[in-house]
Amino acid sequence: MTETLTLAKAVNAALADALEGDDRVLLMGEDIGKLGGVFRVTDGLQARFGPQRVIDSPLAESAIIGTAIGMSYRGFRVVTEIQFDGFIYPAFDQIVAQVAKLRYRSRGRVTMPLTIRVPYGGAIGSVEHHSESPESYFAHTAGLRVVTASTPQEAYSTLRAAIASDDPVLFFEPKGKYYMKGEVDRAVVRDLETANVVARGRDVTIAAYGPTVETALRAAIAAADEGIEVEVIDLRSISPLDVDTVVDSVRRTGRLVVTHEAPAESSVSSELITSVVERAFAHLEAAPERVTGYDTPYPPSSVEHDYLPSLDRLLDAVDRTLGRRNSRTDLDHDRLTSAAMGAAR
Amino acid sequence: MSITVPAPDPALALGLDCPLRVIDLDGTRLSEPTLDPHLADIDETALADLYVDMVRVRRLDTEAFALTRQGHLVLWPPLLGQEAAQVGAARALEPRDWVFGSYREHGFALLRGADMSEFARIWKAYAHGGWDPHEINMAPSQIIIGAQSLHGVGYAMAAKMDGSDDVALTAFGDGATSEGDVNEALVWASAFQAPVVFLCQNNQYAISEPVRVQSGVPLALRPTGFGIPSMRVDGNDVLAMLAAGRVAVERARAGHGPTFIEAVTYRRGPHTTTDDPKRYRDEAEVEEWTAKDPIDRVERALERMGANVEAVRAEAKIRADRLAKEFRAAAEHAEPPTADAIFDNVYVQPTRRLERQRAEHRAFVASLAEGAK
Repeated sequence: MTETLTLAKAVNAALADALEGDDRVLLMGEDIGKLGGVFRVTDGLQARFGPQRVIDSPLAESAIIGTAIGMSYRGFRVVTEIQFDGFIYPAFDQIVAQVAKLRYRSRGRVTMPLTIRVPYGGAIGSVEHHSESPESYFAHTAGLRVVTASTPQEAYSTLRAAIASDDPVLFFEPKGKYYMKGEVDRAVVRDLETANVVARGRDVTIAAYGPTVETALRAAIAAADEGIEVEVIDLRSISPLDVDTVVDSVRRTGRLVVTHEAPAESSVSSELITSVVERAFAHLEAAPERVTGYDTPYPPSSVEHDYLPSLDRLLDAVDRTLGRRNSRTDLDHDRLTSAAMGAAR
Repeated sequence: MSITVPAPDPALALGLDCPLRVIDLDGTRLSEPTLDPHLADIDETALADLYVDMVRVRRLDTEAFALTRQGHLVLWPPLLGQEAAQVGAARALEPRDWVFGSYREHGFALLRGADMSEFARIWKAYAHGGWDPHEINMAPSQIIIGAQSLHGVGYAMAAKMDGSDDVALTAFGDGATSEGDVNEALVWASAFQAPVVFLCQNNQYAISEPVRVQSGVPLALRPTGFGIPSMRVDGNDVLAMLAAGRVAVERARAGHGPTFIEAVTYRRGPHTTTDDPKRYRDEAEVEEWTAKDPIDRVERALERMGANVEAVRAEAKIRADRLAKEFRAAAEHAEPPTADAIFDNVYVQPTRRLERQRAEHRAFVASLAEGAK
């Protein structure tokens, strides 16, 4: 049975079902209770499950994670919310030195089944610290799983898997897509490390995740107009990366473009392209390309459209892997957007 | 969890002028109105037990120090001088309570029953953690200053949510009071009235920095700003520490929330075996605190009570020697971890990526063995 939900509502449904299904599940974060979160993602959950299980916390990110660790020692499964990507840094030690390492430190005797929800990414026209993509900091840390979602279905199923996991998981929610609508089947089960081929093609592979999957699908549709078949992979998991699926694709296409909103330096694209070169060097017909945020701080949002990976930049990169001149100037963006939305579902 | 803010109380801190004390330096039993009601059961035998505890803790500490100098351990952070602070507080807890401490909590580890052969492995660089936390209800030792205070508060909140009256104690040093995490822990403990005991062992130094670098006011004053009652206690008086611990634990169990204890003590040894305290403090200061030795003081108190001190001392020595022997054997004969163990326990559900790296390393090691043939 499916229902049509926005991505934000799909997250809400996953949280509600997790709370309903396991009384050791708790939510904790700033403004998640009465307000329902600044994006209303937790709307109605405190009213339904009570303030003991949907906890409005004081304003201290390190403490949100640190106290969730203490609750984990006692067998609770805490889903914490960091209000915005750019607010996560005060909790950095508790995430990378504590959550990530307690199992290793205790030689397997301590389990930290935390989920850390983080709305991330740009294109919401906001002010500084509200549009960042900090996933690589955490992907670099052993002991953490880092996942994201590109559609309401992916958001629902991946978040359920994250909450059910005995490993700690950072779940990055593409806030620019919170109002994307899609069909959600609550019975669909996802794991936390398998990428998904969302469009098949023979000529070029685009690997994307979170908010850039839709852009990649639009690129595939535009390229098809010119007879170019683009394969689009939704990585889903940022750590561990499903290199196998990408290598398998590149062995067929010989060309790879990786796209994400985060800056390029020491990023998911750095890691993915390195891994593909290590394992599929002989299959590459062209140098891999990447279309990412620039290596700058996130810019003022009035110019974020120049910073974020766009359809045109992505198509240029596809052209470069094919040795073609870049010529896309007359795209019908509206048509591509609606077609890509259909494909993403 | 609902947030309740207790009304400000001007009398939230006790002992600011003079740390609370019930055994004087010469062993005289002093009257202390807050602590006395919590010591009614302490007879000669109970005090002798605390004495034996402290002697054992000290023996473990001195043996580990020697083992480090002899090359059997790689590092040791001594607690010499802090035995009463740890023994008193540890004995105020029940086994079902949890302890979240730093890397210097050897007294807590010993008294809660940590397996000494596992404990030795930490300081031999054979393992990051030295006991089963769920077996002795004590989290792995924490090296990041103050990080464990939040874990203690979270555990206490969880205990309260479970409707139990279990208590968490978090132990840290004077330097930790400057950390954001400890201040956030105080905010949360107050906001949620968590059943937690904050034990700050003010041993006067954070490596080389004296406590005045951290605070211009007594550390025990700070929690009062968070609405948390506080006691400044003579940390070299094991009975005062036991009683203060009991006050705090009873408050927590009864649903009255957090309590802060500043144990005023002194780290007579170096920060760790790699430290050189002569660079930052005078020997005279160490001698001054040696005169306030927590173990000597209890011997004098036992004498005044008319106990057979010789017998107590002999019993303590037998048990301490046995412990030292056990610890030395563990340190000398521990089996090192295999290289393969590098890859264990990173995830509950092993990842393909990590298993591939494990296989690559195994193959590399095997290739070396092959080459040697």
